[in-house]
Amino acid sequence: MVQKKPAVDAVLVGFGWTGAIMAQQLTEAGLNVVAIERGGWRDTPTHFPPTIAQDELRYYWRHEMFQETARETLTFRNNPAQRALPMRRWGSFLPGEGVGGSGVHWNGITYRFLPSDFEARTHNEQRYGPLPQDMTVQDYGVTYDELEPHFDTFEKICGISGRAGNLGGTIQEGGNPFEGWRSDEYPNPPLEMTFAQDRFEESARAMGLHPFPAPAANMSRAYTNPLGLSLAPCTYCGFCEKYGCGNYSKSSPQTTIIPVLMRKSNFTLRTNCEVLHVDKHPDGTRATGVTYVDAQGDVFEQPADMVILCAYQLQNTRLMMLSDIGEQYDPVTGQGVVGKNYCYQVMSSVQVFYDDAFTNGFVGAGALSMVADDYNGDNFDHSGLGFIGGGYISCSTTNARPIESRPVPEGTPEWGSAWKKAMRESFLKTTSVGVHGASMAHRLNYLDLDPTYTDAWGRPLMRMTYDFTANDRRMTDFITPIAADIARGMGGREIKINERTGSYDSMPYQTTHNTGGTIMGQSPADSVVNRYLQSWDLHNLFVMGAGAFPQNAGYNPTGTVAALAYWSADAIVNQYLRDPGPMVQA
Amino acid sequence: MVRISRRAFIRQILMAGTVVAGFPAAALGRQYRGGEGMPWEAGQTHTPYYGTEPGTFFTSAERACVDAITARLIPSDEDGPGAREAGVVEFIDRQMAGFFGRGQRWYMSGPWPEGLPTQGYQSQFTPAQLYREAIAALDAWCETNRGGSFAALEEDAQDEILTGIESGDVTFDGVSAETFFSLVKENAIEGFFCDPIYGGNRDMVGWSYVGFPGARYDYRDFVHHDGARIDLPPVALMGRPEWSAAQ
Repeated sequence: MVQKKPAVDAVLVGFGWTGAIMAQQLTEAGLNVVAIERGGWRDTPTHFPPTIAQDELRYYWRHEMFQETARETLTFRNNPAQRALPMRRWGSFLPGEGVGGSGVHWNGITYRFLPSDFEARTHNEQRYGPLPQDMTVQDYGVTYDELEPHFDTFEKICGISGRAGNLGGTIQEGGNPFEGWRSDEYPNPPLEMTFAQDRFEESARAMGLHPFPAPAANMSRAYTNPLGLSLAPCTYCGFCEKYGCGNYSKSSPQTTIIPVLMRKSNFTLRTNCEVLHVDKHPDGTRATGVTYVDAQGDVFEQPADMVILCAYQLQNTRLMMLSDIGEQYDPVTGQGVVGKNYCYQVMSSVQVFYDDAFTNGFVGAGALSMVADDYNGDNFDHSGLGFIGGGYISCSTTNARPIESRPVPEGTPEWGSAWKKAMRESFLKTTSVGVHGASMAHRLNYLDLDPTYTDAWGRPLMRMTYDFTANDRRMTDFITPIAADIARGMGGREIKINERTGSYDSMPYQTTHNTGGTIMGQSPADSVVNRYLQSWDLHNLFVMGAGAFPQNAGYNPTGTVAALAYWSADAIVNQYLRDPGPMVQA
Repeated sequence: MVRISRRAFIRQILMAGTVVAGFPAAALGRQYRGGEGMPWEAGQTHTPYYGTEPGTFFTSAERACVDAITARLIPSDEDGPGAREAGVVEFIDRQMAGFFGRGQRWYMSGPWPEGLPTQGYQSQFTPAQLYREAIAALDAWCETNRGGSFAALEEDAQDEILTGIESGDVTFDGVSAETFFSLVKENAIEGFFCDPIYGGNRDMVGWSYVGFPGARYDYRDFVHHDGARIDLPPVALMGRPEWSAAQ
């Protein structure tokens, strides 16, 4: 029997970055908010204090803080002609679970997308002519100028360490000259760089590029954020991505927002409770709340005036499908929008091996990195290149955790004495130049429900159909050699180029930057949500996260995900609550 | 009545693989009311648990086989210690006896058609079952073709067989030799470089060998190393052996 909970003003599904941001903004506006999180409570002193946090086997390889595929996974295939099979264990990406979501175990690289990224179709067609027919790229419907204050808010909540490259339109020495204008400097100075970043900077500068320190959610000094929460200086321990920070040095929902929320009487958090679907009013114009099951197996209905999906992109998309909201995308007709424009990230790298110099990769931080943005977005002329978009090129020292980090030169066998010796010789004398490439939407890359496989509750898994596109391949083939040129200039003995070739492989870890599926846009015909992340179908339903990206830019997504959440919260508080209804007329 | 069925349900989800670190209560639905501040409960720190206790899955013959394979993957040689000094087989035995071996957190529901290389692990066997089946098949293959179990063969002959598995020249009926070999490689690396609490990387020999300082937490004094070697003895989650009489 379904038990009914007392009605609230807003129910949030999922409690990571966007859930914490929404909860904070809406409770400040006086709303009564309930957040429902599928995983458990998690915090620094109980779950990843510095006495246990540096455990590579447990946290990465045994997936301590990630979603369990046993309960729910997705099926995968490269194209519609193949049969999708379940990802029986995670590989290429690692969806988080629990309070704080992936915001607990991210690296903390916190970019803003470029102004032109938000207008990808208009901008590129104006400059280069019509895009190929199968490239379903579109504008976001919101502009960089509109998001700028919200980027700024998030950077101050997080205490981002970085150096501005464009203050109010004036280019700043040492920052990223290609970035959109900023209303303010970063709240903290850049992290201190190590040997590898110094070599990268020198080489990139000699090539005429414009290296700058990556914006980092790792503290370069002690910091107190606008909510009064304090973070400690980063200790460069090298356990960031896939780990919780035991040192309060990495911005996460736990370190920057949640302690304030937990003091508010108009906020309630329920953990180990999984939302099964969004409940719809019979008249089909609005949501009435959500139905969820707790870990004891009891089913509840949580009525609410507003429903806000704050889970991971894959979960939000699946919840829309399981709740039968909006039309499922059909790759044959091109009709429908839910599940459309699934995009990822196109990664490649070049390793540098030194003879005498020690890179000491264990002295690192999640976002400790020098970056060149010269070949990202439309920062360079694409005439005649046959692709749009690009990626940043960077040299990061994030870790030398040895189960994961095993660099060996070209031609080394995979096991035996020769491998072992090469591993020892290279372990402390290697660095890597990475290309973090954009992923452009294509008609045949999409998400839908799997016809065969089901989750622990017997409901269809989501099915991912994805491969790198012609645009992706041309882009990575063009930029990877530039990264190799930088790498050659870094003073090593040899380099090893790891190109991105062949079909997308779901197993080797690449990045947890999955996007699309609940895309934003300018009309119900091209998108699931409008420019305020409001559902076109149910006006009191909002969908957060990178699912809103119509295509993925050549940056890490969190900064833009968070700015969109603040932008949406602002629209809800200042427009929607006064006059609940569609904020954009279809 | 309600209580009993609820308990049965909880048992079922625990068996199905839900993450609980020793405290089943951690997996129950909870409500945290705002206004009460950050939740705190005594005795709830999630210290490591799985794989820290000795576990036995392998028979002595299986253990000998895994020991022999991993000793070829990470040999003990003049350059330094290998899988044997690190206790890799002990690590793998514990892993197979626990949730990892049972595939407890993996999606293990059928159907099971043949997968493509881009679709990852598609074996119907859990890791422990895969070890059991493949070791039996490997030893049978060795008996038939080389006149002794894998562990009884000369190192050169062992290398040749492992290379054959890797290239697809040596195959078994009913179990994928290649999938098995790739899992053993993965587990051997884990056992060589994991924290010693899990039974591998004994006395931190893997870390010492490559120069990894282990579970340290503050390198601020070393950021400006400028390419010079940083020579720090490794530290594990339990500290260093000389800090503890128990070791």
